[in-house]
Amino acid sequence: MSVKQAEVSTTSPRGHIGPAKHLEREPQSYWRLALQSLRRDKLTLTAMVFILVLATLAALAPVLTDLLIGVGPNQTNPDNALAQPYLGPYLKWHLGVDIRTAPRMLRESGGVSHWLGTDQLGRDQLARLLYGGRVSLTIAFVAAFITVVLGVTIGTITGYFGGRIDDLFMWFINTMVSIPGIYLLIIVSAIFKPNPITLILFLGLLGWFDTARLIRGNVFKVRALDYVMAAQALGASATRIMLQHVLPNSIPIIIVNMAIDIGNLILVESALSFLGLGIQPPTATWGSMLDRAQNLLFLRDPVTSAPIALHLIIAPGILITLTVLALYLIGDGLRDALDPAMKNV
Amino acid sequence: MSRYIIRRLLQAIPTLIGVSLISFFLVKSAPGDPVLAMTYDPKISQATRETLRRQLGLDQPLPVQYVRWLTGLVMRPGDATAEFSDEDTGCSYVSLLNYTFCNSGGGVLRANLGTSITTKQPVWDRIAERIPATLELTTTGLIIGLLLGIPLGVLSAVRQGSLFDNLVRFFAVVGNAVPAFWLALLLIFLFGVYLNWLPAGGRRTVSLSDEFDLVDRLRHITLPAMVLAVGWVAVLSRFMRAETLEVLHTDYIRTAKAKGLLPIQVWFIHATRNALIPLATILGPAITGLLAGAVITETIFAWPGMGRLTFDAAIQRDYPVVLGTVMIASVLVILGNLFSDILYGLIDPRVRLL
Repeated sequence: MSVKQAEVSTTSPRGHIGPAKHLEREPQSYWRLALQSLRRDKLTLTAMVFILVLATLAALAPVLTDLLIGVGPNQTNPDNALAQPYLGPYLKWHLGVDIRTAPRMLRESGGVSHWLGTDQLGRDQLARLLYGGRVSLTIAFVAAFITVVLGVTIGTITGYFGGRIDDLFMWFINTMVSIPGIYLLIIVSAIFKPNPITLILFLGLLGWFDTARLIRGNVFKVRALDYVMAAQALGASATRIMLQHVLPNSIPIIIVNMAIDIGNLILVESALSFLGLGIQPPTATWGSMLDRAQNLLFLRDPVTSAPIALHLIIAPGILITLTVLALYLIGDGLRDALDPAMKNV
Repeated sequence: MSRYIIRRLLQAIPTLIGVSLISFFLVKSAPGDPVLAMTYDPKISQATRETLRRQLGLDQPLPVQYVRWLTGLVMRPGDATAEFSDEDTGCSYVSLLNYTFCNSGGGVLRANLGTSITTKQPVWDRIAERIPATLELTTTGLIIGLLLGIPLGVLSAVRQGSLFDNLVRFFAVVGNAVPAFWLALLLIFLFGVYLNWLPAGGRRTVSLSDEFDLVDRLRHITLPAMVLAVGWVAVLSRFMRAETLEVLHTDYIRTAKAKGLLPIQVWFIHATRNALIPLATILGPAITGLLAGAVITETIFAWPGMGRLTFDAAIQRDYPVVLGTVMIASVLVILGNLFSDILYGLIDPRVRLL
């Protein structure tokens, strides 16, 4: 539609009505404008690249662990438990600063270079981080997909039809949000000891309420617009109006909401796994790697009394924080790009 | 106003019924037999177990069990008055329905949440002894959050685009993204282990004299309250910044500036007062966040509050306690939302409560 308008104004016979020749520009569509605004947003782009790199690393976890380390994520080595990260000494070795530490560490680990050290069972931390990223990211992305599908479907239907259906679903949603979500999740996962698939289902099935309310609110607004009435007057079916006219109006909300949702889900999953209720050992997730890390805080080297397990706490936490941060930034950036009215809020 | 409050309270009834239904059936669908959990002693005979099961009503269909849990009304087919006569319950046999109705004196509606499986204490007592600790921790966290978050948000709005503004916004985003439990671990390591300034957990130092020691209490609450406060500062500074930015463009602010008032007066007296109004809307729902945050923080810091009670009860499968905490938490959430709506109407006369 916008294309036609642009043509009309520029090729109008009374040339002075259209913009002057040098001000002419390409016809713009909504998505092109959004993409343009996104392209200028360096912060959001950085966040997107970060998530992409992380996802690639996680997807290539088996190859990378073979290549870089040579031991699997669950391979224990009690003789080399709580080894410090090898990366620093390795660099010092090759720079000629310290030529003793690195070879000694290699001897202790039996020739395996544990770039980020090992945990209390002698498992390689980098391998666990990579494999854990696979589980954490998959859980968050798939669960977010479920929440979006459920939330959009129910939000659109209740918002469009209103009445009894709306009352029923709103009663259910109001009930569910009256129970603090983490209580529900703790209870559900304490009762039904989840594996990754059931955990995804729990997170997805207990996470769609806010999305549904958001979409419902938007559908209420759109439903009252003239073009919906026009479609109704033309005899379009309810399904067609919802899919063709109402749903596209919710797409910006859906996209923004999804990015933030994935971030939230990573936080929730890591908190559950940290409490020992999420993914059960030995499967690594970023949260479960911090499980019982509290006790590790107090471990000290008997000789130098330096803390010896700090690397086990820092790395997973930083990864969780950066991933969630990146997803929140993507959400913010997309909101700016997709909804110019929301800019700078 | 009172009509509005009454209407809202009436609206809360179906919600609470929903909460009770969902949590009851969720807990009942759990695998495992609560009677076996209570009678793990091998000397207890199978017949005794069955008697106990019958006394607790666990042999009955779920809807009957739900009614009993909710109202304390025990229903049995046939004349069972003789069987239950030795208990301190009033039973009567209604021959018309061929059912025996007993009043067990309990029921959630009469504020009787049942008995804990692990400690055999009344659930209500277990929760009541934990509530002060949770309130102490969450309100401290919230107050610190308000005291820091509001001024930071206002200042960052009036200095929009400055280095300070960017720092505050950066902190707000990071503060939202950092997992509370990891932040807690870092704080425990830094202040509890490395510097050894503050205790790593607990609410007070256990001593024989059991005296109230303010300094000791403050030392214990500092770290968990800080963890909760970080989340609050992140949310509130972001919120106050957005609200203040809106207010700053209004005419009365320009008037205040034109009168020659000090910038501090304009920002913190004129602008902040109006920017604070919408805060009422987020403080009610914030109760949900407070309760949720308390679970994780209390568990890490071994803080003897309601959140940790829920966590422990869920792990130990102490279902009456789990059900009790969920019901209490939901009541708190609903009251919090109602309270914030009323507050909003009170402080902003433009909002009419009908």
